[in-house]
Amino acid sequence: MSVRHISLRSDNMKPILEVKNMTMDFGGLRAIDSVDLSIEKGQIVALIGPNGAGKTTFFNCITGIYTPTSGDIYISPNGESDKQERINGLKPNIVTRKGLARTFQNIRLFTSMTVLENVMIGCHAVTKVGIMGAIFRGIKTKTEERFIVEKSYSILEKIGLAKYVDELAVNLPYGAQRRLEIARALATNPFLLLLDEPAAGMNPQETMELDELILRIRNTEGISILLIEHDMKLVMSLSEKIYVVDYGRKIAEGTPEEIRHNSVVIKAYLGEEIGEECDA
Amino acid sequence: MDFEYFTQLFFGGLTRGSIYALIALGYTMVYGIIELINFAHGEIYMIGAFTGLIISSVLTMMGMPTLAVIILAGMAAIIYSCAYGYTMEKIAYKPLRNAPRLSALISAIGMSLFLQNYVLLAQTSDFLPFPSLVPEFKFWEPYSHILTTPELMILSTTVFVMILLTFLIKFTKIGKAMRATSQDKIMASLLGINVDQVISATFVVGSATAAIGGILIASHIGQINFYMGFIAGIKAFVAAVLGGIGSIPGAVLGSFVLGWTESFFTGYISSDYEDVFAFIFLVVILIFRPSGILGRSQTQKV
Amino acid sequence: MTAKHEIRKSIIASIWFMFLTFPIMVIKVNTVTNTIEWRWYNMALVGIGIFFLSMLWRYLLKKKEEGGKKEKKAGLSLIQRLLQEKQFALPGMVIIAVITIIFPHIFSMYQTNIMISALIFVMLGLGLNIVIGLAGLLVLGYAAFFAVGAYAYALLNLHYGVGFWIALPIGGILAALFGILLGYPVLRLRGDYLAIVTLGFGEIIRLVLENWNEFSFGPSGIKNIPKPGFFGIELSMQATTIYIFYIVVLLVVFTIFVINRLKNSRIGRAWTALKDDEIASQAMGIDKAKTKLRAFALGSTWAGMAGVVFAAKTTFINPASFTLWESVIILCTVVLGGMGSIAGVIAGALLLILLPEYMRDFGEFRMITFGAVLILMMIFRPGGMIEDVRKTYKFEK
Ligand SMILES: Nc1ncnc2c1ncn2[C@@H]1O[C@H](COP(=O)(O)OP(=O)(O)OP(=O)(O)O)[C@@H](O)[C@H]1O
Ligand SMILES: [Mg+2]
Repeated sequence: MSVRHISLRSDNMKPILEVKNMTMDFGGLRAIDSVDLSIEKGQIVALIGPNGAGKTTFFNCITGIYTPTSGDIYISPNGESDKQERINGLKPNIVTRKGLARTFQNIRLFTSMTVLENVMIGCHAVTKVGIMGAIFRGIKTKTEERFIVEKSYSILEKIGLAKYVDELAVNLPYGAQRRLEIARALATNPFLLLLDEPAAGMNPQETMELDELILRIRNTEGISILLIEHDMKLVMSLSEKIYVVDYGRKIAEGTPEEIRHNSVVIKAYLGEEIGEECDA
Repeated sequence: MDFEYFTQLFFGGLTRGSIYALIALGYTMVYGIIELINFAHGEIYMIGAFTGLIISSVLTMMGMPTLAVIILAGMAAIIYSCAYGYTMEKIAYKPLRNAPRLSALISAIGMSLFLQNYVLLAQTSDFLPFPSLVPEFKFWEPYSHILTTPELMILSTTVFVMILLTFLIKFTKIGKAMRATSQDKIMASLLGINVDQVISATFVVGSATAAIGGILIASHIGQINFYMGFIAGIKAFVAAVLGGIGSIPGAVLGSFVLGWTESFFTGYISSDYEDVFAFIFLVVILIFRPSGILGRSQTQKV
Repeated sequence: MTAKHEIRKSIIASIWFMFLTFPIMVIKVNTVTNTIEWRWYNMALVGIGIFFLSMLWRYLLKKKEEGGKKEKKAGLSLIQRLLQEKQFALPGMVIIAVITIIFPHIFSMYQTNIMISALIFVMLGLGLNIVIGLAGLLVLGYAAFFAVGAYAYALLNLHYGVGFWIALPIGGILAALFGILLGYPVLRLRGDYLAIVTLGFGEIIRLVLENWNEFSFGPSGIKNIPKPGFFGIELSMQATTIYIFYIVVLLVVFTIFVINRLKNSRIGRAWTALKDDEIASQAMGIDKAKTKLRAFALGSTWAGMAGVVFAAKTTFINPASFTLWESVIILCTVVLGGMGSIAGVIAGALLLILLPEYMRDFGEFRMITFGAVLILMMIFRPGGMIEDVRKTYKFEK
């Protein structure tokens, strides 16, 4: 157990991601209601809650797909306090360049591309050859191309997808597609990886491998992780801190132990089950 | 005198707007349901006008009374336009429902090209004179220098069609199904709505209003041509975007705004660039308010 | 599905279409003499034609459905394999090169001129292919950029005596500027608006050219545009034609070179990614508006350059050469050939431009056929005649 939970926190450091009082409205619907959240460098944090609680919306706000109605989002890639930066309202591609990478709940791979190319697109953020470079294809371009291909391939090897390199991404089995999303996100060189239900649709074997993979990413690459997941076993085993949201509000935060015994959380989850029974 | 000119332009714009509205409705309804810009919609309007002309000529030559000619030709135009709209959807769009958006759009352009040239080849490329179907009403004579009888006819028909359509969408079963489908196609089909049927119905209703527009404008302007649907269609589309595509009241409002602007622009400034105007308008709206006057600004769900 | 069932369906379709086409195909009213012509033979034609077409239609749809279930990658076509095999590609290219070089010497000037027009359309097709095929942006007013190039040369020459070779890049750059100006506000929005806005832009350009007499000489156009100069030497009529032919061939080769490089580059991949999924692309750090704008500007540049060549070739231009139809024809060449596929677009352009030239009787049916081609290609062969194949990358394992 001790290997799993390492803490790099020291007191003069800022969280690498700090969300303050964030609210997101869709017309009349308040999908997120003044939520605070912070992640320290090297942490694995989980965001859980019943269906429709606003978890994905939370991701979309942080990654620039939506602009939150109010509140602040700060990042500080190395945890240094003087380098904190507000990222609300930045475009998604800028946010990615700043080091936040994500996967999608409903898989969004590039369907007409091969597995390798999908990861190569992930390298877009960290490379820069433009039109002229592409046309003249000088030394710089060639080096960069080689760098992209090699980097992408090595990521695929790490994630265990190397055998699929030249397959079309859509022809992959479901679990592999989810992992490819992670590979693609890693190619952008993030300091924080946001995973939206990475285990959804996976069998127990695949989930176990995923558990290992996430841990490996954190331990060897030093990438922090924010995880949305319904699989409680995975959440409890991986995360150091858990945030629970319901109807857009944060209803609890704490260690897995604390959350497990939190009566409000139990009620929220129970309430969902009872609700479902009533509907049926 | 100046004020009279102004009112003439005002009602001229209103009439224009009514026609755009009748066409714009089809665009907006189809877009609301399958998110496709139906490029060939203007052609339906053209076919409505042609069918109206052909049938009314035949009936007149057979010696039918004017009123019967108007009613029968109008009905034929509507029926045929609906049939074309229905068939068009089945051929060019239904097989592409799960294809990329670009494919359906290209198919729509192909359909537009096809129908235009079909009429060109089967009929003529010349302008055909269209009989004025609307009789002069005695009671209206005192006002006809401001608002001519055909203009009055167009306006009242438009209002009538709008009311009918509102009723159809608000209260009938198919109207409710349309609204449900436009909000969430998958959910609607899970709830037992036949989505294919709803889409067909949308095309049929949109085509019917376009046909009415086609006959009204043809009898107002007095001539028709295979190309008439194109420009009118584009302008109606601009109106639909202006009002907020997907929104029915938006399409009507956008049409009136466009009609007035065109009317005043050509009346006070210049008529050389009449058609350019709508496009400039379109670009300006897209820059400053892409969701249109009444459109909700949509955040795509991710 | 029994044969009887199929026949019944076809009969129903046939009756439906006979009803549908009745007023327009059968009745023809002469409003001057007040007579009606009943063309019943048309109805018979429609009835019989639709009966068989509907069979074919359902057969093809069924085949497509079955095909869709198979693996997506399976079987490359013969042409694709030939293009990929090194041992065929090289000799093939040599043969094409030789034929191209001797073409103007063995064929008449008339033929050479037709070929020049076709090659200009190849250039246009390849340019539009950047925009539609690579970046997935539907542009309907492409001829407008073509017009910008042509008028740029004609007017610059008329007023300032600017020569062909200087006008060529200027025409390209000017068209690109127009592209950027137009694309900037629109490309941030949903894709289908671009189609309408560019269509509108095409009409605006044409109407301005027609109405602004002081600037563009209106519908009568501009005459006596000089052909490209050859180091100041006066060439004979025939020599000039041959010279232009070679210029166009060179430009086409240049275009192919550039597109090929772009396609397999960081930018090219970003275009494909945007075509597949805009949101995921942005989440990968791709600047949606900027990347699209680049494709759009580049595509416009090519249209501009083709415009300059066109003006130099015909020595006379007027707005009638830059209508929506030209835009549609260019679109057709890309769609028919294969979006994204260089070989496909070349084949498509040559086919669509040369075929009607040699089949004059076919002329009036040209547009209706194009319409049908667009629909049928989208339904049955969205990848075009010669489908684009993605490059596979080499790496050390
Ligand atoms: N673009 C949008 N427009 C309007 N409402 C939205 C939009 N996106 C999300 N919502 C609403 O916000 C609420 C939260 O949705 P969200 O997808 O964030 O939930 P979630 O916690 O991710 O649920 P799940 O576990 O099912 O993925 C839902 O009621 C949803 O319908
Ligand atoms: Mg979610």
